[in-house]
Formats: sequence, structure tokens, C-alpha cells
Amino acid sequence: MTSSSSLDRRKSFQSIILTLQQYWADQGCVILQPYDMEVGAGTFHPATTLRSLGPDDVWNAAYVQPSRRPSDGRFGDNPNRLQHYYQFQVIMKPSPANSQDLYLGSLKAIGLDPMNHDIRFVEDDWESPTLGAAGLGWEVWCDGMEVSQFTYFQQVGGIDCDPVPVELTYGLERLVMFIQGVDNVYDLDWDGVPKDQGGKVYGDIFHGAEVDYSHHNFDRANTAMLFQHFQDAEKECASLLGADHPLPLPAYDQCMKASHIFNLLDARGVISVAERQGYIGRVRALAKGCCEAWVAQGKTKNHPDQKDLANG
Amino acid sequence: MAELFLEVFGEEIPARMQVAAEQRMAETLSKALKDAGLGGDAPRSWSGPRRIAVSISGVATSQPDLNEERRGPRADAPEQAIAGFLKGAGISRDQAETRSTPKGDFLFAVINKKGQAASDVIPDMISGLLAQFSWPKSMRWGRGKQRWVRPLHRINVIFDGKPLAGTMPLSDQADDQIAFGALSFGHRMLSPQDVPLTTGDAYEDALAPHFVMVDRQKRIDHITATMADMTASENRVVKDDQGLMAEVAGLVEYPHPIMGTIQDDFMSLPQEILVVSMRSHQKYFAVLEQDGKLAPRFITIANMTPDAARDDMIRAGNERVLSARLADARFFWDQDRAAPLESGLPRLKGITFFEGLGSMSDKADRMAKLAGVIAEKIGADVNAAKRAALLAKADLVSETVGEFPELQGIIGGYLAAFDESEAVATAITDHYRPEGPQDTVPSDPLTIAVALADKIDTLTGFFGIGELPTGSKDPFALRRAALGVLRLVAQNNLDLRLNEVFTEATKGFSFEKSSDELLPFLHDRLKVWLRDQGIRHDVVTAVVRMNDSRHDDLVHLISLAQTLADVLTSDDGQGLMAGYRRASNILSAEEKKDKATYNGDVNKDLLQGDAEQSLFKEVVTLSEYTLKSTDDMVAQINRLGQLRGPIDAFFDQTTVNDDDANIRVNRLNLLGKIRGLMEILADFSAIEG
Repeated sequence: MTSSSSLDRRKSFQSIILTLQQYWADQGCVILQPYDMEVGAGTFHPATTLRSLGPDDVWNAAYVQPSRRPSDGRFGDNPNRLQHYYQFQVIMKPSPANSQDLYLGSLKAIGLDPMNHDIRFVEDDWESPTLGAAGLGWEVWCDGMEVSQFTYFQQVGGIDCDPVPVELTYGLERLVMFIQGVDNVYDLDWDGVPKDQGGKVYGDIFHGAEVDYSHHNFDRANTAMLFQHFQDAEKECASLLGADHPLPLPAYDQCMKASHIFNLLDARGVISVAERQGYIGRVRALAKGCCEAWVAQGKTKNHPDQKDLANG
Repeated sequence: MAELFLEVFGEEIPARMQVAAEQRMAETLSKALKDAGLGGDAPRSWSGPRRIAVSISGVATSQPDLNEERRGPRADAPEQAIAGFLKGAGISRDQAETRSTPKGDFLFAVINKKGQAASDVIPDMISGLLAQFSWPKSMRWGRGKQRWVRPLHRINVIFDGKPLAGTMPLSDQADDQIAFGALSFGHRMLSPQDVPLTTGDAYEDALAPHFVMVDRQKRIDHITATMADMTASENRVVKDDQGLMAEVAGLVEYPHPIMGTIQDDFMSLPQEILVVSMRSHQKYFAVLEQDGKLAPRFITIANMTPDAARDDMIRAGNERVLSARLADARFFWDQDRAAPLESGLPRLKGITFFEGLGSMSDKADRMAKLAGVIAEKIGADVNAAKRAALLAKADLVSETVGEFPELQGIIGGYLAAFDESEAVATAITDHYRPEGPQDTVPSDPLTIAVALADKIDTLTGFFGIGELPTGSKDPFALRRAALGVLRLVAQNNLDLRLNEVFTEATKGFSFEKSSDELLPFLHDRLKVWLRDQGIRHDVVTAVVRMNDSRHDDLVHLISLAQTLADVLTSDDGQGLMAGYRRASNILSAEEKKDKATYNGDVNKDLLQGDAEQSLFKEVVTLSEYTLKSTDDMVAQINRLGQLRGPIDAFFDQTTVNDDDANIRVNRLNLLGKIRGLMEILADFSAIEG
């Protein structure tokens, strides 16, 4: 038996995450853990969606967010597409004047020295119809590969952001594939441990899940139940927002739930083209309600964070 | 006289916006200087991903002194009027003089304003100009309220060789602002440091050592020349792509083309898929073999200096990215070609063409019928036309078109080539053409039939439900469709009566008849097109009209317009127009007076003298020609030139308003005949000069 991995351990999937976390911690970010619900992207985490608005004058945070896009499942057969993947998300409010330099510093930290590559900021405006959110920015290219999205949020939940946050999103699989020079996501070295010593590649950990979840997303998920759950989430969200004492955070959980259920129903192919816009509008209405309640709460003494500050 | 130099520097400006912003900035700055009385020569300007700069020479160093006397309201005018006057003149009540005039006592303002130094005026001018500057899309950042296309970092203002102090506020916070300076910044990676600026003349040289080519054209020239060298050494050429070049020149400050290789196993994909994958996602140039076939090469334009080791890294990275892209594209293409094109038809039912106009499947069925009718009229294979039209939209449900919408038609053509005749495949490929005023017009009859059926179905449909373009809004590109119809008909010389085709097209919809506004809409396009062909606008107006007997025959209208334009340049034509005007002036004057219309028969017995008789004879001869076809009418326009002599003689020798009422009416009727003869052909009253 020979040692099959000659990978520099700093290039392993988990090391890249650790390095990014350390880098952004050094820049003064709150390092959070993933939100404990199914979401389509790191943006959905309340640390981004809600904290882009509301009472914090300064909010800097970074976290990994597992993200699910049910219709991107390929039964483990496609080397580039996954229904479950990881984003590394940074949100800084207000956007610092040196945002781009900070970002380039993070690339250098993970071994992509901008002096050894061709880095470009290419126009790409971002919009999330379900979150009622939009921003201007770029996709960042490294030697032709899109490695990040860089967005100055202008609006979230239909509300203008003031101050303006900047959001940096790294698609971790794609980024690390680039760093490791790997063409198939399932070949990504996860831990930098040689295979003969029990080291794991991405496929060892996730291939089975991709196969099972593809069956679930496309064929097995119970659509009648999902339709019901969508309605329940919608109702619960409204109810949590409607009372004398609105609870935007729990209400927003229901909004995320509704959004994920919609994505599942979409993957199951039971939502027609004509109905699609309607569902997106319903989720947006929930997001908008939550954001408005969050902002309103921030202006009163009822806001949990404000209370803590007052008591502390 | 001095030079004003302005550079704004910030985060990456979208490539597509740079040139327009550069021009707008040069124009607004130039205008602001002139408005302030500071003059200035024509501006020079530069733009790139991170900066826009403008230099204007010949600017005065101070404004001219203002010596002006203004008369105001009467001294006893209401307070409001006086206050308004004082405010406008910028003086107090004490400073106003009261003077007696023959009309009473009036207030006067004598303004002697010393011109300000340009260096005092320009800072506010520039911060105002930048604050108001409009971008197609703009944003806020940080705590700021000010909008710009992306965060703005530096504003450099140099006047007469010296930096001008000034600020641009970003928000209402006093310290949140950009102070003007004279320090630019080098290439983001290659020279991240301050670069002192002096003048516009020295701008290029100042930044060149810092790896920024500020001159857009030089960037383009450098890319073009380098790519040409690279490919020539392999006996290949770069695929010309101006649009891509314009974009790429806005993505790099230091352009460095690097050529890579497309993996062999992707070369069997349709070339268009390769080109589009490279172009739209990666902004790569394609390379062609001498025979025009795609070569297994691509060129990416990096934003770095040449360096062998780094180039290898960049090349390898781009090759990997492209392979992943092409693997995706091949996956889609393999799925598509596994089933015949026809198998996509049922799924067209799921795509709405437009609310009220059915699904794409309905459109395909309508197009098939219409293409059959058109094919018969223009002598194309009727069955092939029906088949091609039915299948023309089937690729819209293909995976490849889903990924690359710009390949619609082309993918259909490739897929059709597997199962259909070559002619049908070609018709499907090209049926969207011509897609713009510059695009080639198909000349193959089968393709023409399908292309016309598609566009006429769209026009008839949208006009039928009242979705007409308004002003600058044309969301369904109906003007482009109409211009397409016009060019297909005109450039192929098609003998086609459009009203017949519209009536056929209408049968596929739920509304009863085709819109009355559709043909005038085509006439509008025709008018523009004819003017673009160099036909006088008044001739166009005279010929393109709804009361022409063949007003729905575009080729006919074009021939008439060309003939009339030719005739009018000849002496005969000029004389004829003089005669026509004399006749119609008298006619309309007398008709107005008599409240009658003189278009009755001419009584031969009442004709007096040679001139009148021979004019009548000419008129009779001309009336006997049949005027059914275009050729008839073209010949008649040419013959009309011969009326010139008889008309001149008639007016020389005859008085229309004869004392004998019968003779007068007879003469008016004779002139009425001439007018009638002419107005069958065109509305000569529209002809000018």
C-alpha cells in the first residue's frame, strides 16, 4: 500500500473553510455556524437577510451555509452539479471602502495569489425574486472561473438598505475544485488525509446522499403533503407576524420553510410555468412581511438585542 | 487659456457602460464650462474598467466681467413683483435705481459683476456634474446617499497644471466625502500605488509604467495585433467579433491575449455551440482554420503582463473551465440529438406565445398553414414549406436552446438535418432572419416562405389583439418583424399582395379580420427604408399611400418611388411638375369658388385652338393605357413627362377662365383629367420644389 495523497493539506476542502473563517475573523467578522434549516443559498440565513436591515449600525459576519437546490440533483452522475452544496458567506455592513482588497486578501489566504492568476471583476447584478432583494456587483473570475459573487445590497424584502451591506459568496466546491485542480466534484480531497490512512474525498461523504436525495427530489417527495406544508408555513408566518407582538425571527423560519418547499415542488414538476410566478410572489410576500416586522421591532425597545444591551 | 483635466477612479465599471459614460462626461463638462462663460476646445476623453478621464484645453482662467442693465417693474408695482425682480437680479431694494421713462417710473438694476476665477468656479461645477451624472443602473455604498455605477474612490481635478481643491459629498455626514486630488492609481495587481497626474497630454505616459493602457483604441489595437500574430504562426485567423472586442476592451487595463486549446473530443459539437459557449460565458475569441472551420483554439484576454509561468497557469485554468462548460453543453446536445426534432412539438403546447395568441404549438400550426400559402404564391415547395414551418420552433424546448437562447433556429437546423431534407433544415436555421437591419436576408424561396410566415403571424396576431408598439416601446419587436417582412419582400422582388397574406394569417386567430393599422405600419417602415435608399422624402410620401391601387404590393411601391424619383431629376419631370402645379392651383381655386369638383367629361366640340386640342389628344392617348401592373404604371410615369410641352403651350395660348361659362368648365374638366391621370400614379401634391 502506498500513500496515495500528495495533496498539500492546506488545500483540502475543510482547510479552505477553516482558512476563510480565520481570515474573516481576523477582519473583525462574527463567525457564525450554518443556520439549522434548509435554505437555497447563504443569503437566506437571517444573519444576511434580516441583519442587512434593522437596528445594527455595523454588522460583520461570516459563515458556511449548506445550500439546497433540489432541481440541481443529478443522481451523483454530474461532475459539476449537486442538489446540496456549500457556500461560504461574508456580509459586511456598511460595506467597507476597501471591500475589494479585503476580498482579494481572502483569495491570497487560500492560496490564490492574485499575482499568479488573472482576476477579473465582471458585471453581474444580483436579484432574488423570492426575497424581494437586489444588488449590484460582479462575479469574480479567476483564470476564467467564476469563484465568487460580490454584491452591494440595495434592497432586501423590498426595503432599501441603509447603510449598504456588501455580500461575498464563495461557491466552495467550485473554488476548491479550482484550487485542487480537480475536474470532478466527487474527487475533491476533503481532509487532506491520504486515502490509505482513511482519508476522505467529497464522494465518500456525499455521493450516496446525492443519489438518494435526487430520487427524493424528483420522484418520491410527497407532493400533497408538501402543498399542505407550504400552506401551513404561509399561515404560521402570517400568524406570527399578525399578533400584537410580532415575532419576526420565528416568522422568518416559516418563510424559509415555504421557500424550500416551493423548490421541492418545483423539482417534482408539479408547479406549472403559469403557477410559478404566483408561488414566488407568495414567498416574497412572507419575506417582505418578516423584514418589515424586523425593521419595526428594531425601532422599539422590544428588540431582543436592544433589550440585552439595555440590561447589560 | 488653460487645460482642465478630470479623472474619476473607482471600482470596476460594467464594460457595456464605459464608452457612453465617457462621452456623456466629456459633453456635460464641456457644456458646463461654456455655460459658465469659460469656453474651452473640443474635449478629449478616455475610459476603462476603473477610470474615466476628460481633458479640455482652451479654458479661460476667469469668467468675463458682467455689465448688464435690466429694466424691472414699475416703481409702484406690487411688492411680490418687485421682490421677484430683485431676487432675479441679485440686488437689494437700495441698489435698484428708479428712473423716469415716458411710460412712468421704473426700477432698474445695474449689474456690474466681476467674473470669478475659473479655479473658484470649477470645483462646484464638477461636484455638481458628478452628483447629477446618470448611469443606466446606479447604486449606493457604505453609508453614502450618493449614487454611482459602483463605489467611486477618487476624483482628480487639475486646472492649469495645478490640482484644484474641492469635495464631493457622499452623504449628509460632514466627513463622508471625496476630496479632490491629483493622484491616480496603477493596475490593481501589477502596480497598486498612487500615480501623480499633471495634464491630459501626459495622462497616457503617467499610467503606462503602472500597467494601465488608458487609450481604449490602443488596447483594442494591441489585442488585435497580438491575436493576429499568435494565430498567424499556426496559419489560422481570429474569428472577427467586434461586439466581443468592445466588451473585452472594457474588462482589462493591461490586455494580454493568451491562447489555449479546446479538447479534441469537443470538436465534434456543432461549431455554433462551441462559439457561443466560449463567447457568452467566457468572453473568449474563437479561431478559424483557413477554410473557415473552427480551430481547436481559443483566446482569452488576461489583465496581466506576459510571464511564462503565470501564462501557463492562466491558460491551464481557462482550459479547465472551458472543458467543464463544454462538457455541460455536450450533455445538453447529446440529450437533444437522441430524439428527432419533431418529438419536441407536443411540448410546445406548454409554452405560451402570448396571452390571447395561444401557445407556441398553436403558432407552429398557424405558421405551417401560412407558409404553405406563401410558398404557393412565391413558387416554393409547398409541402416542404409547411414541414419546415411546423418544426421551426421545436428547438425552443431543446436543452441546448434552454442553455443558449441565442442558438434558437440554429439548433433546430442541426437537429432537422438528422431526419429532414436539407432544404427544410436550412429553412429552419435561417427563418429568424433578417434579425436586424444589418443581417443578411435569406434568398432561398423555402426559407423566405417560412421566415415570412413567422413574422407575419406575429404581426397579424399582436395587431389583431391591439398590442401595438407605442413611442419607443416595442416589447415584441414588431418594428423589427415588419422591417424583416419588408426586406424579405423587397430584396427578393416578391410579387406578393400583403392583404391577401394578412387575411390568410388571420384565419388562425380568434379575431375576425386583420387590423387596419397593420398595412400603414408596414408603410411607415417602407418610408424609412426608401429614404435610407436615398429616395427623396417627398417622393416617398407621394408614392407610399393607402389609396394606391396596389398599396399592399411593396415591390410595386418601391418601383414607383424609384421611377418617380428618376423622372423628377429630368427636365421633362421638372416641367411636368410646373404644369401639374399650374393646373392643380387653378383647379383648386376655381373648385373652391364654385364649390364643385371638375372631373367631368371633356366636350370635344368646345375645344378652342391648337394648343387646347392637342393637349386633349395627348390626354386621351394617355387615358387609354391600362394601368394594372407595376410596369404599366412605371411606363405611364415616364410617358407623363411628354405632357410637359402640350401643357406649357396650353397655358401660353389659352385663358382657362373664359367669358363663356361652358368653355371655362370644359377647360377645367380638361385640367381635371390631367390631374386625375397623374394622381392615379402618385400624390403629386406632396412633391416639393
